[in-house]
Amino acid sequence: MSSVHLNNIVKRFGAVTAVHSTSLEIPEGAFVTLLGPSGCGKTTNLRMIAGLLDPTEGEILIGGKRVNDVPIHKRNLGLVFQNYALFPHKTVADNVAFGLKYRDVPSDDIATKVQDALELVQLPDVGDRYPKELSGGQQQRIALARAIVIEPDVLLLDEPLSALDANLREDMRVELKRIQERIGVTTVFVTHDQSEALAMSDQIVVMSDGRVEQVGAPEEVYNTPASEFVANFLGASNILAARCTRRGPEGVDIEAPTFGKLTVPAEKAPNLGSEGPAKLVIRAEKLLVSRDEAPEGVLSVPATIEAVDYQGQAVRYFVRADDTQLQAINMIDQHPFATGDAINLHLRPIDCAALPGD
Amino acid sequence: MGGTMGWHLLRGWTVLVYLFMFLPVAVVVLLSFNASQFGAFPMTGFSFRWFVELAQNEAILRAFRTSVTLGVMTAAISTTLGVLASLAMVRYRVPGSNYISTLLIAPILVPEVVLAVALLLFLNFLGINKSFTLLLFGHVIFTLPFVILVVQARLISIKRDIEEAAMSLGASPRQTFFQITLPLMLPAVLAGALFALTISFDDITGTLFWKPGGVETVPTQIFAMLRNSISPEINALGTVMIVLTVGLPLLGLAIARTLSQKRGI
Repeated sequence: MSSVHLNNIVKRFGAVTAVHSTSLEIPEGAFVTLLGPSGCGKTTNLRMIAGLLDPTEGEILIGGKRVNDVPIHKRNLGLVFQNYALFPHKTVADNVAFGLKYRDVPSDDIATKVQDALELVQLPDVGDRYPKELSGGQQQRIALARAIVIEPDVLLLDEPLSALDANLREDMRVELKRIQERIGVTTVFVTHDQSEALAMSDQIVVMSDGRVEQVGAPEEVYNTPASEFVANFLGASNILAARCTRRGPEGVDIEAPTFGKLTVPAEKAPNLGSEGPAKLVIRAEKLLVSRDEAPEGVLSVPATIEAVDYQGQAVRYFVRADDTQLQAINMIDQHPFATGDAINLHLRPIDCAALPGD
Repeated sequence: MGGTMGWHLLRGWTVLVYLFMFLPVAVVVLLSFNASQFGAFPMTGFSFRWFVELAQNEAILRAFRTSVTLGVMTAAISTTLGVLASLAMVRYRVPGSNYISTLLIAPILVPEVVLAVALLLFLNFLGINKSFTLLLFGHVIFTLPFVILVVQARLISIKRDIEEAAMSLGASPRQTFFQITLPLMLPAVLAGALFALTISFDDITGTLFWKPGGVETVPTQIFAMLRNSISPEINALGTVMIVLTVGLPLLGLAIARTLSQKRGI
């Protein structure tokens, strides 16, 4: 187990800059997720930590030691790929034992360690089979067993769940987190799937265009997005151009179209100055569609439903209030409202966040 | 019905084409077992006598040994070079790899006679005499493209991830090659080697130009024998050649298939 540090890492491919000056600190034992759309530089960062790519500038430290010049096979890392990358010509047991052969492990211990690893991933009886005889989920478990059996300093996971079916993916998510907590290995997880990131991480690093947008705990990144990109990428948000009129000790006064004047809690607008243009961020699931009057302290705005996207346990409404188009995601009991219904939008100001405006 | 008629015609025509292609081969094989001392019909009885005579003909045996040595060495050198070239072009970013690739494949596209004369003239220009080494050199140039084509195709299908996984587990690049890459491309490597062996064994055009005086391979030996007379021995030799050049690749294919089935590829 080791911490990982990236100090002012830059990666250029010819004229293209894949990663702009990035610094990251991944504490020992933490589960850190690099989250972002494809092409945001998350995989490039992972591959640089792994030693599969050399950074153009900057330093990478694993366990406090500079590893820029250490080749991949001497870094003691566990690496799991999206498409499993098992050795097709070796049995499952030989796959898992592969890394142990290059370490000073007595051959008697190898069999024990392999069996322990297979038990940890809950596939104790497949040692004699070949990878192609296993399902995708099973293959990924074997890939995980192969990576952790060597007791790596850092476990690197490159979209390990993306090739699996939706149901299996959620099971594996829980499983992966359980195994990581059990062995306590420092883990860097790369994904473009926000629900995976939110469910599994101690810390999320949101990336876009080769830059880090925000680093924080899942609920922090989700509730207090540091930029419009983060607000849009994690969940569905309504972002309204607004004005900040005053910053007080308990909150920030915002004047927004449709909703009028409201006070956003100070900690949900950390980057906003005292006065000037601002953006009001309203999470779609914080906007309640209702026929009733709003209770005390809750804003209410009349609106019309323009479209309904029924999702089973939840429903997404596209509504119009004045000239503003908004979306609201609500849990529902029975029947959703219908297109054309006149309703009220309820909003608690403490659920809003604010960003500096353009 | 016109449709059925058309199908019958097509079927008949196909049979004729196959007869045209394979009847001469069948005749050679059949006549090699003819007891008569004339290599022609009618057959007078079944006999192995021409095979026995073949086994006692010193010139043919020498040619056979030369061909086998030449073929095996060609296969070994071509396969080694072909594997290395494929690795370089598929796995590393070599400047101008497209041009190099085209250049290495070019011997297939150039008529063999042109290639043969060109190499000969070039070595004359350098003042190097014809030798067995030159002959080997020519065969390597001529068989290398086949090895590269087969091995390259296989290498592209082996995902880089698998090699990266091996290295992340502690295998050096060299260990990764011998533990992972080579076993996975072994069927293609074997196929390439067999290609090289049979092409070298069969080759006559280039060999006629490149061989030094006094050295004969099986094809050039047959060619020389045909100039004098048509001996039934040639039929026997032809049969042996057919068995070798058809049998070896089939055997190789079977081995490659069992290998890849066993390895679960």
